[in-house]
Amino acid sequence: MSGADTGGWFDALFDRDLSLVLVVLAVIYVAYVLAGVAFGYGLRGQLNSIANLTFYVGVFGMLALALNLHWGYTGLFNIGIVGFMGIGIYVTALVSKPPVAEGGAAQVGGFGLPLGVGILAGVLVAGLFGLLVALPALRLRADYLAIVTVAFSEIIRFTMMSRTFQSVEVPAALGLRADTVGLGGGGGLILNYTDPLEALLRTVFLWEPYLAVLDVVQQTLIPNNPKPVVDGLLYGVMLLVGVFAFYVLLTRLGRSPFGRVLKAIREDEDVANALGKDTDRFKLTAFVLGAALMGFGGILWYSSRGSITPPSFRPNITFFIWIALIIGGAGSNTGSFLGGAIFAGLLYEGPRYVKNLVEAAFELGDAPRNFGEAMAGFASLDPMPFVLYTLDSVSQLRLVIMGAVLVWLMHNRPEGLLGHRKEVAASVGLDRPSRDETTDASAATDGGETR
Amino acid sequence: MSDTDEEVVSSTAAADSESVTTDAGDTGVVTDDASEVDTTDDAGGADSVAGDAVDAVATDVDVDRETPLEVEGLRKTFGGIVAVDEVSFDVEAGTLTGLIGPNGAGKSTTFNLITGMLEPDAGTVRFNGEDVTGLQPHEIANRGLARTFQIARELEEMTVLENMMLAPKGQSGEALWRSVLPITREAVEREEAAQLERVWEVLDFFEIDHLAEEYAGNLSGGQRKLLEMARALLTDPDMLLLDEPFAGVNPSLEKRLLEHIHELREEGYTFLIVEHDMDLIMNNCERVIVLHQGRVLKDGTPATIRESEDVIEAYLGGEV
Repeated sequence: MSGADTGGWFDALFDRDLSLVLVVLAVIYVAYVLAGVAFGYGLRGQLNSIANLTFYVGVFGMLALALNLHWGYTGLFNIGIVGFMGIGIYVTALVSKPPVAEGGAAQVGGFGLPLGVGILAGVLVAGLFGLLVALPALRLRADYLAIVTVAFSEIIRFTMMSRTFQSVEVPAALGLRADTVGLGGGGGLILNYTDPLEALLRTVFLWEPYLAVLDVVQQTLIPNNPKPVVDGLLYGVMLLVGVFAFYVLLTRLGRSPFGRVLKAIREDEDVANALGKDTDRFKLTAFVLGAALMGFGGILWYSSRGSITPPSFRPNITFFIWIALIIGGAGSNTGSFLGGAIFAGLLYEGPRYVKNLVEAAFELGDAPRNFGEAMAGFASLDPMPFVLYTLDSVSQLRLVIMGAVLVWLMHNRPEGLLGHRKEVAASVGLDRPSRDETTDASAATDGGETR
Repeated sequence: MSDTDEEVVSSTAAADSESVTTDAGDTGVVTDDASEVDTTDDAGGADSVAGDAVDAVATDVDVDRETPLEVEGLRKTFGGIVAVDEVSFDVEAGTLTGLIGPNGAGKSTTFNLITGMLEPDAGTVRFNGEDVTGLQPHEIANRGLARTFQIARELEEMTVLENMMLAPKGQSGEALWRSVLPITREAVEREEAAQLERVWEVLDFFEIDHLAEEYAGNLSGGQRKLLEMARALLTDPDMLLLDEPFAGVNPSLEKRLLEHIHELREEGYTFLIVEHDMDLIMNNCERVIVLHQGRVLKDGTPATIRESEDVIEAYLGGEV
């Protein structure tokens, strides 16, 4: 089979996927812009809203893709995602934060290495912990692996909070730049390293041009301090590039003999083993790679925040990513990203927008302060206090909505949006290789045509 | 790969010939001692399947050609139950050997002990002269001993083609880096394209090529049995262990399966078959091993088994 043939098949699939993704993204973005118009946002507000949406589409897309490698391909029930994310960003912080002596408000410093080194270290250490978890746990049945991983992610979170690791003096004798390092305990860490966007732009010598562009923006579009807005947009774009990189990597992986063995392990590990595949090795490789990608996802999620605290790494993040994957369809890379985008746009950020929309549309009074007052309205057949209270609690109710969506999905479309589709695990098209090019492969269904 | 082995000479005695030599097992096939020339040209792809088989045999160094499988003193207990008790037998090369016995006689357990799915409490399993006792299933499979399962175990959410493409041994693309990196991936693609030709040949041979794009989970019971055997064959085994290959298979498909098995055996493959259907075993196997309560009750030709009082009493209940 010639390379051109394969390429054509590849392109066709990719085009179809790409158009679907673009349509869904377009719908979500248009909805957000329209909501912005309804809120009476100016340009600045609109751009902020779009940057925020892009950020969550990016991080959820990336993490859903990484989870798809574990669950969708290999059938590894990992519910410790947030642990790997936490390791990624904490290690990055530890490596790249400047020492305390070099100023700043931080009480705990780091090793002061460049951010690139910190990110690399974060990804590697997340992968290493993936190995640590997987080595003993992969021999367990799926549900026990799940217990081990969720326990692991909680151990990580408690380690972050632990006083023992809060701050450690680095002996001067070691000759390192660092003086005090640690995980910061319950107070978390201030991420006082170079802004990641700036670090990236400086590395590719685009920092000066970027500042020049900012000047132009200030003179034309946003007169008042445009940097945070443009930063946010650019960071969003960077995340989408990251998503694309994840997608390409995982699609190549999926469409290969390696991916095929992973799928076989998902379907029936004994069979894969009986066919001579060292399934432990494959599971280990897949788990470590997925963990490293989750670490990277965690770094990108939190690195541009000013600080990180342990409560950000509670298991609910893990379940958000699971919901994203289930919506999109486990087993499909395109579906994973799509699920991430839809989750971010509708379930994660959506309820808040709906609330704001309702509040903008109707002149509503103050919401009752507690549930009792909300229910009291019913005594006089007035549902308004209850409606107001519900609207006011929408961010808490988000979890209820997600749960309801999940239940509905399980009943009506357990395979998700794209999980039903055949994404054939092979590096080439599997049509019958035809020796003379005129033979249509699909026509040759009668046995014994060759030679 | 070895898709160019157009001229293949195989025979029932092929497995006995010590002088099968190739270089890396990829290019040419040289067989002598061809007492019978393969006459089964009717089935598509049969000859190249045979070629690969000879290839695989040829690459084994220092092969004990007489009895590729030797089981000695095999024992396995589950709690207080002795499932397999001092079972010893061997299987001659190029034969169709049946393993029979009433329910609970230890047939499947023996299979699982041989193929590494279970670890024996005592005893040894030797394959091609090498001690393989207690090795992992994949290690044993990679030495050329393929198995099928009692209840056909397809990879349901993979297509028939994916099932088949999975099977071949030593695929370089199974290393993650080779599959992902740009230049090495091209080599993987070439390898896959070559492998694909063989896959289609075997699909033709088993006459399931019209199902190629189907999910394996949508296949009927009989079709699954065919797919499972085709898949096992693609691992280039020397010997196939079939666990009840005819269970739940309709008579016409059973006939086809048997034809395939006979053809393959004539090409030099060795078979050990667990089966419940006495007539089927008696009419098709050269040799029958009867297990009863975890022990070998009788080991011999179908004729001697038929005449054995012990077997009739223990297993056949006085029929036959």
